[in-house]
Amino acid sequence: MLVYTIRRLLVTIPLLIVSSFIVFVMEASTGNPLDAYVGHNPPYSAAFLHAEKIRLHLDQPMVERYVNWLIGILHGDWGPSVVDRHGVIREQLFQRLGVTVRLIFVAMVLAVVLAIIVGVISAVKQYSFLDYTFTFTGFLFLSLPVFWFAILLKEGGIWLNTNVFGQRVFDTIGEASIPPPHGFGSVLLDDFGHLVLPTIVLAMTSYAAWSRFQRGSMLEVLGSDYIRLARAKGLSRRRVMVRHALRTALIPLTTVTALDIASILGGAVITETIFQWHGMGEYLLSGIRNHDVYPVAGWLLVSAAFVILFNLLADLLYAVLDPRIRYE
Amino acid sequence: MSERSDLLHDTSSSGQTVVLGGGPAGPGRGDREFEVAERSQWRMARRRFFRHRLAALSLFVFILLALVAFVTPYFWKWKYNSDPSFDFSVSPSWSHPFGTDDTGNDMFAFVLRGTQQSLKIALFIALFSTGVGAVYGAVSGFYKGWTDSLLMRFADVVLTLPIYVVAAVLGANVGGGTWWLIGLIVGGLLWAYVARVVRGTVLSLREKDYVEAARALGASDWRIISRHLLPNAMGVIIVNATVLMATGILTETALSFIGFGVQPPDTSLGLLVNQGQTAVFTRPWLFWIPGIFIIVIVLTVNFIGDGLRDAFDPQQTRVRS
Repeated sequence: MLVYTIRRLLVTIPLLIVSSFIVFVMEASTGNPLDAYVGHNPPYSAAFLHAEKIRLHLDQPMVERYVNWLIGILHGDWGPSVVDRHGVIREQLFQRLGVTVRLIFVAMVLAVVLAIIVGVISAVKQYSFLDYTFTFTGFLFLSLPVFWFAILLKEGGIWLNTNVFGQRVFDTIGEASIPPPHGFGSVLLDDFGHLVLPTIVLAMTSYAAWSRFQRGSMLEVLGSDYIRLARAKGLSRRRVMVRHALRTALIPLTTVTALDIASILGGAVITETIFQWHGMGEYLLSGIRNHDVYPVAGWLLVSAAFVILFNLLADLLYAVLDPRIRYE
Repeated sequence: MSERSDLLHDTSSSGQTVVLGGGPAGPGRGDREFEVAERSQWRMARRRFFRHRLAALSLFVFILLALVAFVTPYFWKWKYNSDPSFDFSVSPSWSHPFGTDDTGNDMFAFVLRGTQQSLKIALFIALFSTGVGAVYGAVSGFYKGWTDSLLMRFADVVLTLPIYVVAAVLGANVGGGTWWLIGLIVGGLLWAYVARVVRGTVLSLREKDYVEAARALGASDWRIISRHLLPNAMGVIIVNATVLMATGILTETALSFIGFGVQPPDTSLGLLVNQGQTAVFTRPWLFWIPGIFIIVIVLTVNFIGDGLRDAFDPQQTRVRS
């Protein structure tokens, strides 16, 4: 398994290089970041524009810029940013990764738990009223556009604040109040107020697909021979469900959730935009809007690395959980 | 799971046994619990699909919605690109069934136009990515070995490309949000998913005896792929196409919402939600109607997909007699 892991990791390196090269060229060839300075009144001096050109390496040919960027990363230098003149992209990226993790952590845990409960009940009580209700709600949340749902909750939160509570209970802007409140308790409360609505958005839009998946895998397990055997041996229904059926039926879900969570680590772009969280997704969008090549390319490296790592993790986890699977 | 659903529907819907198979009943027919149905794959699939009542209803609603979106604008006096009326921010009434916005635009015309755009783009995405992905995956799975590794690694690269970057770069700079370009961008990234799935199916199909037989008869590689492998993978492919159609609508509306999709003066359901986002409670029609249109379209497409999954499930070759 160690050899397998190493081989898989080695394969990813060219993948990352090709993919970041494509994004780098795409981003760099379609828009000059210095255009933002044109037409400014009073006009920027020619010396300033020239200095910016040098600072952003715009005087070098594309391939050279890319190769220099790649070499720079090995030294911990992720390149200059157009907008954030004094910031360091590497620090920015990891700070924003932290924000995104804070945003999605509770939501993902909630979504997984909800998906398992709903999926298992649906499967055990197949074709009952409960199953049909869960199925329909699942499909409904599956069909909900995230941006619409997020705006609904955001505006709903504001409406409740002004008309029902008469004070700010739900915070709808950003990840924390500026300036932060004093005292440990109030900071916690403040974090909570900012988290509630985006968490509901992410949890409800993620659980739906997973619960359908869990229902399917649970049904498959329940129909298998060893479950019938366990019942025939005289084990109680409850014991069979929990110890034999659920344990096996959870294996496929780990893979799916690992992959989905990996892709959301690159930023819950829509949710972050609407609730104005300064996470990975917002970083990507602002990079794109400002024709800021290095932040976008850096974002790609980090998020693609996560996707690849979680992919590998899911495969390895699968082998650990299911003894029938071996990697050589 | 689907097999059991079939049984359930069978007994609950008609209450009597359905005798399948065309020929005259031979001796002993009906004694066996199961009969192998003498029906073409397509006819069986159609039967199963329409037994899934929610899927059948969804198909009806979807077609109705598409008809309304594409036909009504010819008879409606307001157009999305005509001069706005002088009724500013009026709530829904007979003259403006979906109300108007603050510049007097008739929302009925706009929502219909948005639905048109979203449906066109989604259909384009589904057809393009399914077509390209199916052929790509089939070739990859059929040849195996080096070809397969090379093709699949390229698909992996495509899967890592972030849709926002590609849409922003190509969409904003090349076409300025024409509907087929947005479809091409989204479809150009999504085909890799289809390719993976179809490749997996083809890998198992290519070991079947009928492929061997076809090759023994002298069939060319391309003939085996196009006449044997792809038709047999059709169930998987069609189900994937509907899933992609749903994904396509959600992706396009999200892109338009962010500002990387359809651009004004043209409109899309995502753009309309964006423009109505501050009016959730004050002028609810601006926010709710386009949102509900998206939900209804995606919901019906998802249910149609669920019906198709039941219909094409390969485990359902046996039909209860």
